[in-house]
Amino acid sequence: MTPSTPHTGRFGPYGGRYVPETLIPALDELAAAYAKASGDSGFLAEVDRLAEDYVGRPTPLYRARRFEAEAGVGPVYLKREDLNHTGAHKINNTVGQALLARRMGKPRIIAETGAGQHGVATATACALFDLECVVYMGTEDVERQSLNVYRMELLGAEVRPVDSGTRTLKDATNEALRDWVTNVADTHYIIGSVVGPHPFPLIVRDFQAVIGREARRQILEAEGRLPASVVACVGGGSNAMGMFHAFAGDEEVALIGVEAAGEGLGSGRSSAPLNEGRPGVLHGSLSYLLQDADGQVAPAHSVAAGLDYPGVGPEHSHLKDSGRARYVSVRDGAAERAFRALPGLEGIIPALETAHALAWVVEAGRRGEVEVPVAICLSGRGDKDVVHVAGLGDGEAGSGDGEAGPGAVP
Amino acid sequence: MEKQGRGQFRDGPAAESLRFGRRFMMGDAPRGRIAERFARLAAERRAGFIPYVTAGYPTLAHTRELLAGLAEAGADVIELGIPFSDPMADGPTIQRSSQGALDQGTTVDDAFAVLAELRESSDVPVVIFSYLNPVHSRGVQTFIRRAVDAGADGILPTDLPLGADPPLEAALEACPLDLVRLIAPTTSPARVREIAGASQGFVYYIARTGVTGARAELRGELVREAGAVRAASPLPVAVGFGVSTAEHARAVGAAADAAVVGSALVDRLDDGGVAGALELARELRSALNEVRPG
Ligand SMILES: Cc1ncc(COP(=O)(O)O)c(C=O)c1O
Repeated sequence: MTPSTPHTGRFGPYGGRYVPETLIPALDELAAAYAKASGDSGFLAEVDRLAEDYVGRPTPLYRARRFEAEAGVGPVYLKREDLNHTGAHKINNTVGQALLARRMGKPRIIAETGAGQHGVATATACALFDLECVVYMGTEDVERQSLNVYRMELLGAEVRPVDSGTRTLKDATNEALRDWVTNVADTHYIIGSVVGPHPFPLIVRDFQAVIGREARRQILEAEGRLPASVVACVGGGSNAMGMFHAFAGDEEVALIGVEAAGEGLGSGRSSAPLNEGRPGVLHGSLSYLLQDADGQVAPAHSVAAGLDYPGVGPEHSHLKDSGRARYVSVRDGAAERAFRALPGLEGIIPALETAHALAWVVEAGRRGEVEVPVAICLSGRGDKDVVHVAGLGDGEAGSGDGEAGPGAVP
Repeated sequence: MEKQGRGQFRDGPAAESLRFGRRFMMGDAPRGRIAERFARLAAERRAGFIPYVTAGYPTLAHTRELLAGLAEAGADVIELGIPFSDPMADGPTIQRSSQGALDQGTTVDDAFAVLAELRESSDVPVVIFSYLNPVHSRGVQTFIRRAVDAGADGILPTDLPLGADPPLEAALEACPLDLVRLIAPTTSPARVREIAGASQGFVYYIARTGVTGARAELRGELVREAGAVRAASPLPVAVGFGVSTAEHARAVGAAADAAVVGSALVDRLDDGGVAGALELARELRSALNEVRPG
């Protein structure tokens, strides 16, 4: 974690605190607590100790040679966030925020979850620190990520299904915000990505930045140079920001975020706001957003529950506009193929979210568009997706393939 | 239409005299319809009635009929809600009415159109109640122009707290619409004064820490809290969130300048149609006529 200088809450024009007045004191309190904690060596040491003893950091940076042969690009390194305790990068953030909540004296934690990975990571941190935990999850996601629902319950969390709106991550987030507005006195909201009102995008990015710090050091050791490309999937954007942050000042490193094109850009069944949205306000911040002409938030779609979200973190919007990062997209079908391919090549089952990043490297690699060496954030493992993908059939029919839109992988 | 509030009354002797002669001794300052309405209420020594309506729920035809009926039933200000896909400050009732309106295809322009129709028969002040994104999406200046053309008097953005976006807030403060600000039970006393000083038309005090929705009981501390906000505010104070019955209205009306009723009216609209909702409106109206803030 980097001690952060006082932050305006804006990334270029994006970000901010567009929330009901009721939450303003809690956001002020959180910003102050975080500013204090991030300058407190005791707090930082505790975060580091838990990262090592409990989460299992540092995670390896693994060179995937059979994947290289298949994709025809290399060297390709995988930053193994799937090897973290609970199986994804999400726990880097939840342990840090749970520590913050404890410092603030908040005994009750709420969270939203899509894929269930953030819910599991939150439930885990709450078990560790003996905090009450309530997780909101859309009913569609409860169904397609049922393994994680059971895990959360085993960990002592209460999972509250959300049946409103699109019944996915967006609506789970609405419900978590409503809970927070109601119970703000004793409750901390552990938001799961670099989204939401200030200071959340900053806090989550800082707790996730350990990914890129380690990866940068590791690739320098392995290759004696920086990667030419750093690639990560983008839902809300936390694993991508965590991976990108340490490389932001290295202008020679291309930062590539992979959004979910779902059934194709322009199909109305996608989750790629940086590719086809326009700036708008959702969940407390200004950022690229899928919306209709009247400013109603458009329903998103992705086979990956953790990417199935119409918004994106404000710092990504700024990185897009400034040109520092590039945002591409991959369809459901290509992600499913990568999900099926990696296990046989490397003995690693990736999350469907992560599979989007892998699929982009495969497809863009074939077109000769990937600068190497490349470091991919392997944000999580795919156990949670096995049953769902098995149910989708062989991945050829009905998987959302077809003519590629601009920037999409066919 | 001129408005009162920041800019005009913020500092110096004007603010002082406003504090003491508030609400009805505005001297010769030109006023908007909202200020006029509150001045009249104060002069008549009764509390105001502010119903909330979701535009397009259950249909635009219902909204049209409801707006006209509410004006006739003696609403002092009407809050016209622009339905939004993600109403994060709203409980189940207004979530349902918003989604219902959107399922009917209700647009922002539809909401303005029913308002313009109301203006053919009534000059009751109307405040546009909206989440920020529909405003942002249309472009603030365009949104303001359309709202003013339709006959709106104020705007109340749920998710634009004081200081969140100074350029946007400045644009709204400078426009012909009153920018109505919200104060919550969690707001610190210093910030209460700041928000009250920055608000225009009136100040909206949120009756509970939570989302909108009808309730059986009001909190015991509400009357004292509303009194404290009123004492700190140069503008009239309306109280809403959970105000559901004539009894609630009387309690609120004794402590604040007006009561806002939303979810309870939507619930009644579901059960008893427009006639049912108007019946509740008349009950609330007469309850508020019996009380006035001290
Ligand atoms: C494994 C994994 N990767 C990525 C994501 C997407 O989130 P973010 O973009 O915040 O990293 C999720 C979300 O649930 C996830 O579980």
